Amino acid sequence: MKRVIEGSQSVAEAVRLARAKVISAYPITPQTHIVEFLSEYCASGTMDARFLRVESEHSALAALIGAQSCGVRTFTATSSQGLALMHELLHWASGARLPIVMAEVNRALAPGWNIWTDQTDSLAQRDTGWIQLYCEDGQEVLDSMLQAYRLAELVYLPVMVVLDAFYLSHTYEPVDVPEQEDVDRFLPPYQPQFQIDTENPCSFGQLVQPGAYMKMRQNIATAMETALERLSEIQDEFYGIFGRRYSHVEAIGCDDAEIIFVTSGTATSTCRLVQRALRDKGEKVGILKMKSLRPFPVAIVREATARAKKIAVIDRNFSFGASGIFAQELRAALFNAPERPAIFGYIAGIGGLDITTELLDEIYWKTKQAAFPEKESVWMGV
Amino acid sequence: MELDTKDNEYLYSGHVGCPGCGAAIAMRFALRALGEKTIVVLPACCWSIIAGPYPQSTLKVPVIHSAFETGGAVASGVRAALDVKGDSETTVVTWAGDGGTFDIGFQALSGAVERNEDFIYMCYDNEAYMNTGVQRSSSTPYGAWTTTTPGRDWKKMRKKNIVEALVAHRIPYAATANIAFPEDLVRKVQKAKDLRGSRFIHIYASCPTGWRIPSEMSVKIARMAVQTNIFPLYEVEDGIRYTINYKPKEYLVREYFKLQGRFGHLTESDLDQIQEMVNEDWELLLRKAGERP
Repeated sequence: MKRVIEGSQSVAEAVRLARAKVISAYPITPQTHIVEFLSEYCASGTMDARFLRVESEHSALAALIGAQSCGVRTFTATSSQGLALMHELLHWASGARLPIVMAEVNRALAPGWNIWTDQTDSLAQRDTGWIQLYCEDGQEVLDSMLQAYRLAELVYLPVMVVLDAFYLSHTYEPVDVPEQEDVDRFLPPYQPQFQIDTENPCSFGQLVQPGAYMKMRQNIATAMETALERLSEIQDEFYGIFGRRYSHVEAIGCDDAEIIFVTSGTATSTCRLVQRALRDKGEKVGILKMKSLRPFPVAIVREATARAKKIAVIDRNFSFGASGIFAQELRAALFNAPERPAIFGYIAGIGGLDITTELLDEIYWKTKQAAFPEKESVWMGV
Repeated sequence: MELDTKDNEYLYSGHVGCPGCGAAIAMRFALRALGEKTIVVLPACCWSIIAGPYPQSTLKVPVIHSAFETGGAVASGVRAALDVKGDSETTVVTWAGDGGTFDIGFQALSGAVERNEDFIYMCYDNEAYMNTGVQRSSSTPYGAWTTTTPGRDWKKMRKKNIVEALVAHRIPYAATANIAFPEDLVRKVQKAKDLRGSRFIHIYASCPTGWRIPSEMSVKIARMAVQTNIFPLYEVEDGIRYTINYKPKEYLVREYFKLQGRFGHLTESDLDQIQEMVNEDWELLLRKAGERP
């Protein structure tokens, strides 16, 4: 049924439909609406779940590590400082192969205090072994959440579903909220291969020698590779049931494009307008929208960009001493490709600054006029 | 009270603790009282090692090893999962050292007991970060040498009173116990097991390696800690009802200190001062128990 709801409520509706059993969270703007909706669902009996109102984000994830180890489906949500505080346990959750699902609302890191959108918080966690899926609108948030549970429980890795602060978390849009029976068909009850059980006492996460440790780490790497294929299969199944199609990346008009924008999150929607306007003027321009950062779909990205002359990566984030993080990822993915475009890195919208159509238009013409990138990152709109 | 030692041993032989390890003794007795329907949450501490490396375990009960500061939180999640699965029989126990309890894990512990999570938190206290090589914690007593309080920088702050901090949360049950008093320890764990809500047991567990004592002195030193009133045995119900379980006959703390290498640098006047501090703490406890006006 179509309803006009916030991005935050898209998350909460998905958690309800996924029948999560233990929720644990600590409030941080702009994640709060998610946990408020879920608190209401638990209090009213709309959801049959335990909600742990813990004393920090660190404890929020620690509690889920305990709960998920006992074989139940779990959920938490956080943002910015909260995600940074969780950092240690992000590694723990993936190392313990726990399919925890988290909604992460992209917000700038302090100082100075800034509650607006910025991707550096989640991108700084890219090496923690979590699958990361970035979303453009409320529908994609809801759908990605359901896919996240399915994927996590197939490959035994945690998944972070990422959405922009305010532009997405607090924006009302029409969203098709699926029926419970359809979701139940797509997402069967969680039946873990292993769990803590007094009938079969085992030790989880104990001391391990280097050889066995390295093998365990390799298993995580393999699971991540497998996740690429599993995600494709899940997206096909999802399309079959719900009629909505997603992929690791979305290539918009890339086939004959000479210049391709690379975007993520809500900036993609703005970029769609700019791309259409430029096409109307006869410009050969496309968009590559990045959804899956981890695992990084190298082959798909190479294929989509193989015919372009230049790509313009829009990064709402920065790795100090290097460049925008999506640009780094693109450079790494394309370096060994037989044909690769020149990669232009643009930093835009840091700390919630608006990424406007005018700014993206300016980026397009800058990219078109330059023969090659004069530097790794160009800061725009400062 | 007679201890049944035949059929309820949940600690296998072959653990990798040091000779005379008080923490191993503490676990052995605690598990006897807890039984097989127990899940142990084990934040980083000596026991992370004592339990043995993959693929072996010295414990007959399931264990979730966890990050240093997460004892209260992981147990909360385990309890929540058991509840939604309808398992009310299994006891969830956090088994943590003093560093994981008094210091880095204090926030998660305070959070969990404020929510009155239904679990038992047991802290085996060896009065320093022993697993990392004897560094000072907020449980290290006044006067002690550690590798981070060497020479003239021996610790000049009091040991944090963790039981009183927990009592201040008005939890259903808080108690001290000691490896040299196994009947008392087992009784308290059994009592805690039969209660619901947050329960806390602070277990004195000597450490021959870190305290610079011979391993065969481990239990003797532990007994002396009670006999000298340095570590009184008592329990507190609902944060208000105090019961002192053992009233010693005025032994002097001097005897206890002289036997341990970690206190070797203390002078007679230091020991006099410590005696006064111990007397003061004991009087305070007697007042709380209603045994002094």
